[in-house]
Amino acid sequence: MLLELTKEEESALKGEQGEIMQMAYRILVATGEATDAEKLIPIEWAHLSGVNYNTIGDAGEEFLSGISKNARVKVKTTLNPMGFDIDNVSNYNLDDNFISKQLSIKNSYEAMGVTPSFSCIPYEIFDIPKEGTQVAFAESNAAIHANSYDNLKTNKESAFSALASAITGKSPYSSLRKEDSPNITIRMKVKNPNELTYGMLGFFAGKVGDTSVNISGLADMDKRQCKAMCGGMGTSGTCAKFLFGDGDSDCEKIDFDEKEMQNVHDELNTAEKGDLITLGSPQLGLEEMSDLVGKLKGRSFKKRCMIFCPRIVKEQARKIGYTNELERAGCEILSDCCTCLTPLISKDDVDAVTTNSIKGAFYLKNSNGVNVNLKPLSQIVEDETR
Amino acid sequence: MKILVQGKVQGIILKSQNPINFLGTVDKKTGIISDKKHDLYDKSIKNSILVFPFGVGSSVGAYTIYSIKSNNTAPLAMICQKADLTVATGCALANIPLVIVDDEKFTSLHTGQKISLDTESSNPITLL
Repeated sequence: MLLELTKEEESALKGEQGEIMQMAYRILVATGEATDAEKLIPIEWAHLSGVNYNTIGDAGEEFLSGISKNARVKVKTTLNPMGFDIDNVSNYNLDDNFISKQLSIKNSYEAMGVTPSFSCIPYEIFDIPKEGTQVAFAESNAAIHANSYDNLKTNKESAFSALASAITGKSPYSSLRKEDSPNITIRMKVKNPNELTYGMLGFFAGKVGDTSVNISGLADMDKRQCKAMCGGMGTSGTCAKFLFGDGDSDCEKIDFDEKEMQNVHDELNTAEKGDLITLGSPQLGLEEMSDLVGKLKGRSFKKRCMIFCPRIVKEQARKIGYTNELERAGCEILSDCCTCLTPLISKDDVDAVTTNSIKGAFYLKNSNGVNVNLKPLSQIVEDETR
Repeated sequence: MKILVQGKVQGIILKSQNPINFLGTVDKKTGIISDKKHDLYDKSIKNSILVFPFGVGSSVGAYTIYSIKSNNTAPLAMICQKADLTVATGCALANIPLVIVDDEKFTSLHTGQKISLDTESSNPITLL
């Protein structure tokens, strides 16, 4: 074994500090071995995935209920979205079993001392620690955003490695936590990109990249486009960081051109039109809500449009008056949940969904089993409102 | 060869050339792969020795691995070409033996071969 543990860490691994610590250290050791780490280091913030009952199921619910009796988090720990928004869950056809299991999961995390943020965009709703801070983010788009835009350091954690880091306050020192130099540079060649283009670029980058990629040829990007690119990358691969620029001269150069873009589009777009629209995966931040209000001035949707955002964003939006505007335009605003793996869209009721999210498209298609119609937001507003 | 989760099993290889996104593309109750673009589409990974390049996509895939083990629809063991945290931690918690092999060994393994995997042995993978 390459990983060297301190006396205290050894003792925890042997079970001398209880079963929870032993489990957590067993996960950290497997993680460390997998990534050739030599030691564990402190982390300051963990962000957990594995919250939606739709994804973790009965086994996950029972596991969390069991460990929550004794496990307590040691560092600031935030949480991914769950399956519904309790404020309006009665409007959706969810069975009582789902609701009670989901609430059990919520209670388990709260008992462990986790902040119930239910958001996949922690980087947008919490203060960012100082440059170079080690964190442990399980949500893939958040890990990529933290590494690429927020000057934080995290590997692409799994639900269990982030949980183990939350409980121990530690993570193996490996891979992206150290310095990294990608061996691939992706050259963006598509003209006039919108957020859907960037989502497809991210999806492509995740497929060709290993742990990180250089990316060149990007124009100025707004928040929606950056988030789309992170979401796309997290869906397709193991890669968790963009470095902006050409990289070293010996880097392999790969072009993302119209043809590559068409390939991604053909893989994920399976319908010409959708029965309903979803916006948000990653969840929308306040800036995107504000922009959407602007785009919808004097217009309203011709079909259902579900908007997913964090609870704190929904509250801010309400105070400013955005939620009134959006509801007037026919939007359903949901907090605490997201398009990805939502139980609120069922193939029994819906044949196809229109979305601008590559990440959403992948999971709607493969997990919910519905067809997907991909369109950028500007096109959605043009085609689906009057 | 790198041993990430120890164990000893015998079984029949099910091999994929494609990476696997456990969340959303592996059915927790049946172990069947639902991604039409995947080379194991419609096949069950239950009780196989699953050989595949590596895991991709959502971090919650680790829970899927834990769930399929709890539901008795998990592979007996997994053999990968590259380590990734989702598969490593899912297998660690579910106690599914997991080893990482080099490219040559990976290429030599084929669907239908019966093998013995014993992480304690000096020759962990042997054809039966």
